[in-house]
Amino acid sequence: MNTSDNNELYGLLAEFPGPEPLVQATAQVYAAGYRRLDAYAPMPVEGLAEAMNFRRTSMPLIVLIGGIIGGLSGYLLQYWVAVIEYPVNVGGRPLHSWPAFIPITFETTILLGTFAGVFGMLALNGLPRPHHPLFGVAQFKRASRDGFFLCVETSDRKFSLDQTRDLLTAAGAIEVIDVPR
Amino acid sequence: MAEHDNKTTAADLLHGDYTYGTVTDKISAVVLSGRTPRSWYVGFAIAFALVMLLLWAVTYLFVRGVGIWGIDIPVAWGFAIVNFVWWIGIGHAGTLISAILLLLRQEWRTSINRFAEAMTLFAVACAGMFPLLHLGRPEYFYYLIPYPATTGVWPQFRSPLMWDFFAVSTYATVSVLFWYVGLIPDMATLRDRATGRFAQITYGILSMGWRGSARHWLRYQRAYLILAGLATPLVVSVHSIVSLDFAVSIVPGWHSTIFPPYFVAGAIYSGFAMVLTIAIPLRKVYSLQDLVTIRHLDNMAKVMLASGMVVAYGYIMETFIAWYSGNIFEQYMMYNRMFGPYGWCYWLLIACNIAIPQLLWFRAMRRSVPALFILALVINVGMWLERFVIVVVSLHRDHLPSSWGMYYPTVWDWATLLGSLGLFAALLFVFIRLLPMISIFEMRELVEEKQEQAP
Repeated sequence: MNTSDNNELYGLLAEFPGPEPLVQATAQVYAAGYRRLDAYAPMPVEGLAEAMNFRRTSMPLIVLIGGIIGGLSGYLLQYWVAVIEYPVNVGGRPLHSWPAFIPITFETTILLGTFAGVFGMLALNGLPRPHHPLFGVAQFKRASRDGFFLCVETSDRKFSLDQTRDLLTAAGAIEVIDVPR
Repeated sequence: MAEHDNKTTAADLLHGDYTYGTVTDKISAVVLSGRTPRSWYVGFAIAFALVMLLLWAVTYLFVRGVGIWGIDIPVAWGFAIVNFVWWIGIGHAGTLISAILLLLRQEWRTSINRFAEAMTLFAVACAGMFPLLHLGRPEYFYYLIPYPATTGVWPQFRSPLMWDFFAVSTYATVSVLFWYVGLIPDMATLRDRATGRFAQITYGILSMGWRGSARHWLRYQRAYLILAGLATPLVVSVHSIVSLDFAVSIVPGWHSTIFPPYFVAGAIYSGFAMVLTIAIPLRKVYSLQDLVTIRHLDNMAKVMLASGMVVAYGYIMETFIAWYSGNIFEQYMMYNRMFGPYGWCYWLLIACNIAIPQLLWFRAMRRSVPALFILALVINVGMWLERFVIVVVSLHRDHLPSSWGMYYPTVWDWATLLGSLGLFAALLFVFIRLLPMISIFEMRELVEEKQEQAP
């Protein structure tokens, strides 16, 4: 389907009047077989990602792994220092005094879990990404204020400039804008 | 009396006819319009003067050493530790509002969480400074970090002071990250609304290229919720560990199992008092009464009352156990606390933390802005006195009467305390000027909810 026209375009951006029309339109376009699309809203909108059949994220798993690594390394560091590298005998008390190691183990668990959560979220989202074709569209500035947008990308196998435009208009778009690359 | 007290609706939390656009404009205008109120300049000037006082006091401390303070044996922990515990406690309310109230789905947190989190960061910054100043040789503070030193010496991980180091540094790091993650979508809003090139580029870099994609929002919300889940036990652990600095020792008045929960309740209490102290002038100066409503103040007053009652329970239990234990040192500690040379501090603290705040039972008091402001200040003072009583009064007369002594703060003690207040205020003023003090995207969510709830 890729014509020379499409090579100069990133996609078609359609604006919708509010969160609910955007969710409906997204579901409609997804149902029409489009897959390379994304919706943009100034706040999280319930059901919007689900309308694109995007439900599961690996965030919980990433944080879990981060937390486990943090906890293990915190505990092992203390064990290694207190038992192997620098044992201090205090009145014959056991070197492996595990209850005293719990507070720091807890803190390193939280610390690494948080790092995993924050940097994992940014990495999965492909951020930081200073530039994006959408920023070339003047109207897109409103996506962080009160604009609700749906973008169908030209890389979609079903993409056709006219048909996709008609579909978006039929789905209730106020305006459909060409997004240059 | 309780006709509309039962269910908080979005309309209670957001007055006026705001749309997504106008609520965005209202909050971002504080940062972007460039018209800074005169009171900002006056406030910042005073705060900045106090920061200079702090720098002076700290410089003199570095030149002369901790001998310029009133500390001596037996009272080796003076204002520095009192201030440390006080400031770190204040920080806890920010995390409580942003994390715990998020998990509990308390929507009224929305318009206060951003500056409460900022307050946390600045309070932790003030707190973190004091143990270092207290070290005497602050240039060696890095000995606390476990790293392979050429000396072959490693830190003692069984010491509560090491736990404290890990807890406070983790808390500071997690608070910064949590706050920053919350700011990313709002940075994008500022980037798109800024007119100056410098502001566009700065907010653009800080926003990391956020564009509000639905997939991004989903991961963002999951991550934010999980971070809140991590921050919740963290905040409880931090003040518990701070209390273990005391409770693990054998000093009468410190060696007590009630300390961790009692410190956490005290932290929430003083933190909410500080949030109110900041919120009340802020909403007035920037005309944010529609966003930070009487309902918010009322709710915060209720949290304050509840945590204040837990603190009161702590005081009662301390006194009861001192008597019930039959331990003469504990009994004398409590007698000395009430009727010794620092007895007036104890009674003032009971007045500030327990007696006067009972006024919060009255709805009229909770909804009167000036009364609430004065009460918040009273509680701030009361909680500082509580830490003074715990730290100084416990130390000055312990097991051996031959080693009893008195502690008198010097002008340098006071200068450092006042200076830290100035640092806190100055950082807040800068924050208000440069970053959105209310979470803009969460206010847009509230607008949506209000529209849905409207008949």
